[in-house]
Amino acid sequence: MNSIAKQYTQGNVNPVSREINDAMAELATPPQLGLAPTLQLPPISQPTDFLRAHTDDATNPDCKIKIAHGTTTLAFRFQGGIIVAVDSRATAGNWIASQTVNKVIRINPKLLGTMAGGAADCQYWETWLGSQCRLYELRNKERISVAAASKILSNLVYEYKGMGLSMGTMICGVTKKEGPTIFYVDSDGTRLKGDLFCVGSGQTFAYGVLDSDYKWDLTVEEALYLGKRSILAATHRDAYSGGSINLYHVSEEGWEYHGNYNVGDIFWDIKAKEHSFVNVET
Amino acid sequence: MDIIIGLTVKEGTIIATSKAATRGISILKDNDDKTRQLNSHNLIAYTGESGDTVQFAEYIQANIQLSTMRENEIELSPKAVASFVRNQLATSIRSRKPYQVNALIGGYDTKTQKPSLSWVDYLGTYVELPYGAHGYSAFYCTSLFDKHYRKDMTIDEGLKLLQMCVDELNRRMPIDFKGVYVKIVDAEGIRQIDFN
Repeated sequence: MNSIAKQYTQGNVNPVSREINDAMAELATPPQLGLAPTLQLPPISQPTDFLRAHTDDATNPDCKIKIAHGTTTLAFRFQGGIIVAVDSRATAGNWIASQTVNKVIRINPKLLGTMAGGAADCQYWETWLGSQCRLYELRNKERISVAAASKILSNLVYEYKGMGLSMGTMICGVTKKEGPTIFYVDSDGTRLKGDLFCVGSGQTFAYGVLDSDYKWDLTVEEALYLGKRSILAATHRDAYSGGSINLYHVSEEGWEYHGNYNVGDIFWDIKAKEHSFVNVET
Repeated sequence: MDIIIGLTVKEGTIIATSKAATRGISILKDNDDKTRQLNSHNLIAYTGESGDTVQFAEYIQANIQLSTMRENEIELSPKAVASFVRNQLATSIRSRKPYQVNALIGGYDTKTQKPSLSWVDYLGTYVELPYGAHGYSAFYCTSLFDKHYRKDMTIDEGLKLLQMCVDELNRRMPIDFKGVYVKIVDAEGIRQIDFN
């Protein structure tokens, strides 16, 4: 009691003596018992609200941490398997953080995952999914189904629901019993099976081109071009998409990489060939 | 907002759910089934927070199926199923992260040979009703049901009334819900039927 009183009567007079007093008081406290466990906690009541306050660009444009966002990715099923096409731009706020991001994660020779939303979240959890799939393989002497792989991811992100994860992903692959399969999985826990998905800030632009020319009976060559063209449309109109296009074809034998196309280059080729993009002067 | 409508008729219960799965401004899927079969005479239809809905419905489904196995293939009655669902939601609402799920449970009691419809919301409200709906569809459909619903309607009459509801929703709802899946629960079990 006395020491507390002393602190308030004497401490305020001189900042230097106050600091010395504080240090003395700290030394005077009995040492922490080594056996008693302690738990360090952040000095805030709700960690999730704290994270949101500092990362959510939409509600607080002045936020200090800009999470890498903004993407266009697409995948669709057709007669010849699956086409996966993605752009390669990463943005943090208005800053283009990178033009050469790899947004397709090769989980195993027959499984691909796409990345949209938080770059770190997608990258980390999809490589984690890769190891889970490998463990499944070792345990069961059989490759994991696309349905099971996507459910491992969706159950994982559901555990973290409301804690700030941000991802929109498509798990694409082939297995003997399922055939070519696409599952859409996002960070609010949604998991949907479907034939055609576009994900990311440029999704609407990609949907527009893709839906209008999509047919089940597309040849592999036509399908690859349509995938590429749809991403190009999105990179043209969506400021947060761009860089280059990565193309994949998934068939019974597994996925095959069909190259990287710089948007700045192929735009002019395609414009000249199609006589499209009339709004852009040559 | 998803559409979930249900009504009981003389021989069974009819449940309709919209086919669209929407995220933001895009419809991601136009053949989404928002129901899960719980046992041979009970069906849950759900709406609410994405992610929560399917997780909750599959949790309920697994537990009801577990009960069927434990009780030597004797299945829970519609009342028992609905009480279980309500209890889960009522517990959940007082937890750190509540399930934000509203549900209709369509059932047919094989003992009393009576159809039933249970309306359950995320707060833990549970009522047995002759007809009911969740979300915006309730605003359009309840008045139609109030006017046209009769006790001891046949399944065909019930489907006609449902068609009136879906027509009205198609006419007045500002977003396309891609039609509905219709399921009937009666003495024979659960079946899906073709609907427009």
